[in-house]
Amino acid sequence: MVEQLQYTSDEMMSIAAARQLKDGQVCFIGIGLPSKAANLARRLHAPNLTMIYESGTLGAKPTVLPLSIGDGELAETADAVVSVPEIFNYLLQPGRIDVGFLGAAQIDKFANLNSTVIGDYKTPKVRLPGAGGAPEIAGACKDVIIMLRQSTKSFVDQIPFITSVGYGSGAQDRAKLGLRGGGPSIVITDLGILEPDPFTKELVLTQVHPNVEIATVVKNKTGWDLRVAEEIKVTEPPSKEELEAIRSLKSAGK
Amino acid sequence: MAEIVSLQEGIRTLLNNGDTVALEGFTHLIPMAAGHEIIRQGFKNLTVVRLTPDLICDQLIGMGCVSKLVFSWGGNPGVGSLHRFRDAIENGWPSKLEIDEHSHAGLTNRFVAGASGLPFAVMRGYKGTGLEKYSPTVAPITCPFTGEELVAVAAVNPDLSVIHAQRADRKGNVQLWGITGIQKEAVLSGKKSLVTVEEIVDELKPHPGDVVLPSWLVTAVAEVPGGSKPSYAAGYYQRDNDFYIAWDEISRDKDRFLAWIEQNVLKGDG
Repeated sequence: MVEQLQYTSDEMMSIAAARQLKDGQVCFIGIGLPSKAANLARRLHAPNLTMIYESGTLGAKPTVLPLSIGDGELAETADAVVSVPEIFNYLLQPGRIDVGFLGAAQIDKFANLNSTVIGDYKTPKVRLPGAGGAPEIAGACKDVIIMLRQSTKSFVDQIPFITSVGYGSGAQDRAKLGLRGGGPSIVITDLGILEPDPFTKELVLTQVHPNVEIATVVKNKTGWDLRVAEEIKVTEPPSKEELEAIRSLKSAGK
Repeated sequence: MAEIVSLQEGIRTLLNNGDTVALEGFTHLIPMAAGHEIIRQGFKNLTVVRLTPDLICDQLIGMGCVSKLVFSWGGNPGVGSLHRFRDAIENGWPSKLEIDEHSHAGLTNRFVAGASGLPFAVMRGYKGTGLEKYSPTVAPITCPFTGEELVAVAAVNPDLSVIHAQRADRKGNVQLWGITGIQKEAVLSGKKSLVTVEEIVDELKPHPGDVVLPSWLVTAVAEVPGGSKPSYAAGYYQRDNDFYIAWDEISRDKDRFLAWIEQNVLKGDG
């Protein structure tokens, strides 16, 4: 008999995201959920993942999850530390980075991200931290992976502010805007995985995590009329090794 | 040649009400003590430029020193919101806060243009975002060689740029290392500059990855041990992550915030 492993939906999300990163890739990482997933990937199947943080730390190998993109350990363990002009102008802008790994407060059906405000920009209901490196990461990386928890508050029909462009209003917009990176290829949530339709670029639910009902994701967890793939997959549940790895990740300052 | 001054003297003589002041240190070598001195001396109506306005900007904003913030990420790193920053924008407390908001790449290039003696910098960025729409210092520009449409960002040339560094020698040559961020460009774009340092030494010994700012590029240097606390200075002390977490509670409530400032900034010299 196979042992039933217990895990949380957040653990499933981080593990599903970690699986998307390939060994040897160069990945520009946002703090929070993406940082956890990337550090997990590096401990599992991608030991040669080059992690880049916007503080200029290239190839950081932290032993604990950083609290900030500027944690000292990122610099101490990096292959190189470069200035902020260098990381954005020389490394990100020319398209040298394989994967941009982003989180956000909100996403719309074309994978545009908001991390700036809830409500009106000039008189916001909630003022969020803002863009950081995200707009140019979303614009210039060869591939973009997005992860955030899914609810009708985070998956909304109209985001109030576009902080980072996914596909704008549809398939032609990235080219029109002169964005040279490939755009988001996948959105990983605590419920499943969404991928842009190859032609329209609208996000489609292509995978659900174990024990997640498709109807729940569509009706109760998404703020637009979410399309579902004809053949929907179920995520492989976390392995013992994956769960042990994620539970051994310690955070700085916690 | 940089003059060696006390922190109090440096801020008093180099800063004026209404100035544009850059306080840089990208997540490392944050000029916290200099920010506290600005609060103690009661400066008003400042335009503060900082990529990552963290705790020090939260404190300056909450004390009513800042009328405009030029920034690209305004959060408490790894913890959440900056409550004084949010309160100023959402509720106008203690006064209305004007903002000019950028991406890191964009504000970085504004410093690069300022340091280069150019009116603007050219970059790929902002396209399709709300930032392009709202910021008065972002505009489209056509490449004269290829016709490609790119983005121009206006130079920033602060009246005063303040950074913190590990050390300086007695002539005022400055040395910093670790995450060196945008500090060099901040100093070079400033009309004047003040560098606080952990220590003043007889001789600067080379350190891997160091940035050296020769004395003739710096206006004044002040020795301020612990000048980045509760953030960190590589080679000197660690970041106090517990304080960053505690700040979330301290700053959430106006009265508790004011009491903390009274106790830790106005009465002290930190």
